[in-house]
Amino acid sequence: MKAFIAEQYDVIVVGAGHAGCEAALASARLGMKTLVVSITLDAVAMMPCNPSVGGTGKGHLVREIDALGGEMGINADKSFIQSKMLNTAKGPAVHSLRVQSDKQKYHTEMKKVMERTENLSLKQAEATEIIVEEGKIKGIKTRTGAIYHAKAVILVTGTFLAGKIFIGDASYESGPNDLRAATELSKSMRKCGISLRRFKTGTPARVNRSSIDYSKMIIQEGDEETIPFSFMNDHLESPDVPCYLSYTNLDTHEIILSNINRSAMYGGEIEGPGPRYCPSIETKLVKFADKDRHQLFVEPEGTYTDEMYIQGMSTSLPEDVQVEFYRTIKGLERAELMRPAYAIEYDCIDSTELKPTLEYKKIDGLYFAGQINGSSGYEEAAAQGLMSGINAALKIKKEKPFILDRSEAYIGVLIDDLVTKGTNEPYRIMTSRAEYRLVLRQDNADLRLTEKGWKLGLATQERYNRFLVKKEQIEKEMERLKSVKKKPKELELFLEKNGSSKVNNSVSLYDLLKRPELNYKKLGEIDIDRPELLSQAVAQVEVEVKYEGYILKQRQQIERFKKLEKKKLDSEMDYSKISGIRLEAKQKLNSIKPISIGQASRISGVSPADISVLMIYLEQERRKAKQNG
Amino acid sequence: MYDETIAAISTAPGEAGIGIVRISGPQAIDILDAIFEPKRRESIKEFGQRKMVYGFVLDGKERIDEVLAVYMKGPGTYTAEDVAEIDCHGGIVPSRKILEMALKNGARLAERGEFTKRAFLNGRLDLTQAEAVMDLIGAKTDKSYEIALDQLEGGLSKKVRSIRNKLLTMLAKIEVGIDYPEEDIEDITFDEILKLELSVESDVRELLKTADTGKIMREGLQTVIIGKPNVGKSSLLNALLQEARAIVTNIPGTTRDVIEEHLNIRGIPVKIVDTAGIRETEDMIEKMGVERSKAFFNKADLIILVLDAGEAIRKEDREIIEYVKDRKAIVLVNKTDLKVKISDEEIKTLLGDKAIIKTSLLNGSGLKELEDKIVEMVYSGEIFQRGDALVTSVRQKRALEMALKSIADAIKITHEKLPYDFIEIDIKNAYAYLGEIIGETVGDDIIDKVFSEFCLGK
Repeated sequence: MKAFIAEQYDVIVVGAGHAGCEAALASARLGMKTLVVSITLDAVAMMPCNPSVGGTGKGHLVREIDALGGEMGINADKSFIQSKMLNTAKGPAVHSLRVQSDKQKYHTEMKKVMERTENLSLKQAEATEIIVEEGKIKGIKTRTGAIYHAKAVILVTGTFLAGKIFIGDASYESGPNDLRAATELSKSMRKCGISLRRFKTGTPARVNRSSIDYSKMIIQEGDEETIPFSFMNDHLESPDVPCYLSYTNLDTHEIILSNINRSAMYGGEIEGPGPRYCPSIETKLVKFADKDRHQLFVEPEGTYTDEMYIQGMSTSLPEDVQVEFYRTIKGLERAELMRPAYAIEYDCIDSTELKPTLEYKKIDGLYFAGQINGSSGYEEAAAQGLMSGINAALKIKKEKPFILDRSEAYIGVLIDDLVTKGTNEPYRIMTSRAEYRLVLRQDNADLRLTEKGWKLGLATQERYNRFLVKKEQIEKEMERLKSVKKKPKELELFLEKNGSSKVNNSVSLYDLLKRPELNYKKLGEIDIDRPELLSQAVAQVEVEVKYEGYILKQRQQIERFKKLEKKKLDSEMDYSKISGIRLEAKQKLNSIKPISIGQASRISGVSPADISVLMIYLEQERRKAKQNG
Repeated sequence: MYDETIAAISTAPGEAGIGIVRISGPQAIDILDAIFEPKRRESIKEFGQRKMVYGFVLDGKERIDEVLAVYMKGPGTYTAEDVAEIDCHGGIVPSRKILEMALKNGARLAERGEFTKRAFLNGRLDLTQAEAVMDLIGAKTDKSYEIALDQLEGGLSKKVRSIRNKLLTMLAKIEVGIDYPEEDIEDITFDEILKLELSVESDVRELLKTADTGKIMREGLQTVIIGKPNVGKSSLLNALLQEARAIVTNIPGTTRDVIEEHLNIRGIPVKIVDTAGIRETEDMIEKMGVERSKAFFNKADLIILVLDAGEAIRKEDREIIEYVKDRKAIVLVNKTDLKVKISDEEIKTLLGDKAIIKTSLLNGSGLKELEDKIVEMVYSGEIFQRGDALVTSVRQKRALEMALKSIADAIKITHEKLPYDFIEIDIKNAYAYLGEIIGETVGDDIIDKVFSEFCLGK
């Protein structure tokens, strides 16, 4: 086959999943001439697993992507069919938004946005080679021989990269959903010195809606009042299409366990580790043998189809066993499986070989995002995609990289975990991974990030203006609540009615709002002249006032954290020559090449004593440099 | 440059005429002011800086010690920060108590070499001096530090681990409810949380109590030197005292037949009872049978049996050996400068598997080996196996106190029924503080626990 020089771009994105879409849109919106190649354009923003966006921690990511000017939140708002705020009985920091999505609509809406974005080209092509010269990325080559040159390349290959599907003892090369796998690219990556490993994930069967008896299941409806993902939307009408809950039983378990040797996972066919938080049903049974039932949710794949997703029942058992055990479940007795469950194995890199910008340390201009970095989940992928697209563009523009730290965003937590600690299984974000989650709430993502997105040129002026209005309302209202004081007499009845203790002196509305039994809405009764505010602003005021003490404590912790983050380290530094640092720490530091003392301190195997030595060394160097002029 | 205030005892461990506690950092002066009551005025601040002031260190209203105190404003100080110093009475107890008070009032215990490190980072030392500091800090992770941690395995750390496990279980239950709200797992209730919190609180309190009576720090390693007349017992004691250079006082026993000597072997306080104080008679054992010496012998943590290398083992040696063979003991074969007439095999047959050290106290050989052995036996937990609170460093105590405070905070807000994620903050803090004691930080252990205990996922 004859190769030919096709075209020149600033940025090429290989893959059009959730990471690819965000990467390409960010890059194009920052003015880069951007190309997206995908094995099939029918897989743009495809949801090959669950038909939902958000959830605990993940919902935070979507909000943050949106606040910065990414697309996922807006697209989720266009395509949702049910919406639910999770954890509302718990504190504000862990409220998490999750929607059920129409997969088809999610794909078409996102594709439409991509197609209509300036500077952005979509092409159906399989990248088979990356072109690297003298440690710098030069472009890619496709299966048809086209060579595209670029200043930066972002690899977002998902489960396509050397993908292999397992259904019991059947296995075959394949990407997700039986789409063609990318079979050549891994070889080229290895040639460039990139080491690869195998990870595994899986998805449950899809069942025809008409073959399910919902009367035997428990209906699961969404919230009546919908909170949008995007800060650009104030209110959305929810179609509120229901999901259904059912359970496995001992019959199900017997069938699975008696066939367990036919499972690809237990038959030893699969090399890669799977995620612990997304275990197959056979793993659940083996690991938690004392549980006599496991729950499953039946979720619609969309409004254009009758396929239903059986959440909780992913498996690598053979198809005949699948049919048999699915049909033991209440409501699924006559289930017609339209697509069998499968496990899929794919190539990914060691994410500690990346800089916090998601650029590969050893190849200039080559970026990675999403599952190829060892993460899992649409939202995790999108967050990385966005950051890689931003940073590729900034690098080309010769501007400072854009890195969010652990105190600024879940995105920062996610990327810092990946590049500093690495992962031995597909990585999922969780609220418990965030040290400062009281401050990193989903409700204040815009307050934390929109200004940054606007300065980058990614968040639109309209978005920025909305942010400014909300911010001003919050500040003014906080001041007003402090200044409006009520006399004991005025409050007597009100407090008694709300089961709140009496006051002896005048007290501000601000202090009253702190009381657990009172809230902003209730206070309206004695606060008649209050201004008309955005509901988002009210929510902020309420949280900030009620939990002021805790939030303050956390902000102080963040200040201490920031001090170490601000002490920057040179990426060229050779740690092996610093005496006083232990050997293990030297090796780790040399391989991670942290960008700050803070990051260095989070590397496993680097002790506080090593950090002290390092700080003294830096001071020494600084003074030497000063002495020398 | 630093926002934390640090404190430490700046004088060498062991007993001396005076002890100095030094505090450095932005809060140094306030901390001094909080714990120090001048004799004449209300506050030391009224005297101004760089004035030595006479007064008392207080714990609440109780006077801990009579001291001289001074404060100096940075940057003209050793660390270039605000510094306070308290000169107290010598000995381990007063300086430790004062340090504890400083820590209770907001200081953090200084790391090894940290005053010097700050001095350097604040621009007070030159480059060559800095090298030394780096080595010093680097040394912290060397063998002796690890041994010190190992030694904890015996008692304290086991307890700390079991308390941490309770907290971990609770954290996992809280986290699983937060991160997996739709799983088929019942949320932990406020009552369950409270019950666990109260049980942890009482565990930590118990531990703190034992830490307060920390035996080894207060009394030292009780050691008895024994052996037949003229075998070199007095020479051994004198040599150890000279080596340790930390002679405190000769406290004559009440009956004047026993002399206790306090010394310090590489940071380990040791109390040696010198049976040489007993007038030596023909029948050594009979003499020991009486009076205090027997009591001391019985409760000793360690016995050093001295044998004469120049003579074959005799009846009087055998009588002593009978007493020693079932005890923790080191056998010292002295006078190896003479022709050696005792073999190791012979000693092993008589005494079983005991450490044997060859010395010639005449020319000072073997003394280092003896000290090494004592240190090793303490750090390895061979001696003091019975104690929970073997070593009660101020750092551990402080960590326990902070853990207790965090648990108390958690209990308070559990009563108020604040959301779980707030309660979790305090519990996580307690978990982290306890981790400091055994050198473990909060890592992925909570997430690991969540996945190992609960069945989750799509």
